[in-house]
Amino acid sequence: MNEIFVLAEHRQGQMRDITFEMLAKGRELAEKSGAELTAVLLGEDVKDHAKTLSDYAKNVLLVEDNKLKNYNSESYQKVLSGLIKERKPWLTLMGHTSSGIDLAPRLAVMLNMPLATDCIDLKFDNQTLTVTRQMYGGKVNVEAVLRRAEGYMATIRQATFPVKKEPSMNGKIIQAPSSLSEEMTRKRFVEYVLPPPSGVDITIAEFIVGIGRGIKDASNIPQIEELAKTLGGALACSRPIVDKGWLPNDRQVGSSGKTIKPKLYIALGISGAFQHVLGMKSSDLIIAVNKDSKAPIFGVADYGVVEDLFKLVPSLKSKIQELKGQKV
Amino acid sequence: MDIIVCVKQVPETAEADMKINSTGKGIEKTGLVFDINEWDDYALEEAVRLKEKFGGAVTAITIGTEDADNTLRKCLARGADKAIRLTDPKFENSDGYAIAKILHKVIKDMPFNLVLTGAQADDDSYAVVGPFLAELLGIPHATMVKKIELNGEVAKINRELEGGLQEIVEVKMPSVLAIQTGINEPRYVSIMGTRKAMQKEIKILSLTETGLSENEVGEAGSWVTIQKMYVPPVEKLAEFLKGSPEEIASKIAEILRAKGLI
Repeated sequence: MNEIFVLAEHRQGQMRDITFEMLAKGRELAEKSGAELTAVLLGEDVKDHAKTLSDYAKNVLLVEDNKLKNYNSESYQKVLSGLIKERKPWLTLMGHTSSGIDLAPRLAVMLNMPLATDCIDLKFDNQTLTVTRQMYGGKVNVEAVLRRAEGYMATIRQATFPVKKEPSMNGKIIQAPSSLSEEMTRKRFVEYVLPPPSGVDITIAEFIVGIGRGIKDASNIPQIEELAKTLGGALACSRPIVDKGWLPNDRQVGSSGKTIKPKLYIALGISGAFQHVLGMKSSDLIIAVNKDSKAPIFGVADYGVVEDLFKLVPSLKSKIQELKGQKV
Repeated sequence: MDIIVCVKQVPETAEADMKINSTGKGIEKTGLVFDINEWDDYALEEAVRLKEKFGGAVTAITIGTEDADNTLRKCLARGADKAIRLTDPKFENSDGYAIAKILHKVIKDMPFNLVLTGAQADDDSYAVVGPFLAELLGIPHATMVKKIELNGEVAKINRELEGGLQEIVEVKMPSVLAIQTGINEPRYVSIMGTRKAMQKEIKILSLTETGLSENEVGEAGSWVTIQKMYVPPVEKLAEFLKGSPEEIASKIAEILRAKGLI
């Protein structure tokens, strides 16, 4: 029980929240298992980040190389596998993010270290690592054990572990040499791109009506858009609606879309997958309408309605119009 | 352009009423509708589009019971040329790692330029099989793929990152690409197409043909073993509004008025 690694995640100069969430959980696991918590930071010219991390970890293992400027699974795998082989941490944590889920599986196979992904909790008792994760779109939780091994790997769900204010750990920054001798030839990072904006900025709207799978067909969207207009707000959606091409990308609320904090969020036919909830849970007032009384959305909503949204929407629109003193 | 697509048949649970079964480790599957995993549906469509543009053949592979033929037939109807089903009682309870090992043994001896998988499965959401497979095959990969452009030996990929951002990466082929939903619009299948697909052969392989031992597959060959399944505890449940749609609408309007929102 020597060491726990947390792979620091950063992009375009910004340390990402998941890093601190992993370090918070890592600190707890390190204390319980009598291990040292080590943040692993790979990048180019990232000493400032190393200093920040030293408040949250006992060690900051820093590898700087211009070939590590942007995340690339190939270069990260090469460097991180070297560090793991050398220091043999009993646990390595990564984010269940676009980079963590890209890197962790390969690394696990390469090092023959059991991997559990998308964990929402981890416990270590009697030499057994038990993780909690979700299945079936968050409708059930499972507890699972990892096969006994010298070292384990886990990816951690975003916004799951709270970051508490704790005394600085005054960690030691350890500069390690880069093991990269040449540019990666099999895989190359080119650039970041943002899809063009559609003209509606849902992050500034005060009232938002969100639609999900329950909308069934694109032809049903205009009546919901009218409801949003009646409220003086904007129409947003969960992932399936953008996937189908029914609304543009920047209307998507969730981890791969926008984070919104409106005064009112009405979720229509949205089951409430974790990724969506992450983007809307800070709304002041949440009203959810779904046919399934067990939909996870009701766990985050203030008010819930178990009903066919198409039966409710016309009445709701006219009641709001009445109250606003408009002609029905 | 020979493409292998790994697909999985999963229960549709988004709007279904689900129960945990008597083992306490899985869900009660009777009464649920099964279909191709949504991510795999997009992967299959992408493979067929690439084939239509560059030629070659698309092979759909699944691990499952005879029921999974429905999913393979759907793939054939949509444009896959061949279908392989890996079936063996020993494969049951395999996690993503065991699944990748089985797929690897079959794929490694097949000719291919690309292997496409879904970025994750709707049921267990491990999101691991693509990159596991790439490491076992010793070839590069990309996950969360939202766009593919082929240019000689290089696949130019748009990957979905967080907050609406994407990155472009170039990956040398052969490679494994794990496809994110929304990359394309999966086509509808005509009744004719479905009928034709009924006549196509599905090749069936078992544990013996993979060359793996019993201990390398199923629970014995897995890294992650489910101990118990339960309905997640809810910290704070919504206050449910009841009545006719009109009554509920009035209640909502009243709540909005009371909070000064209208």
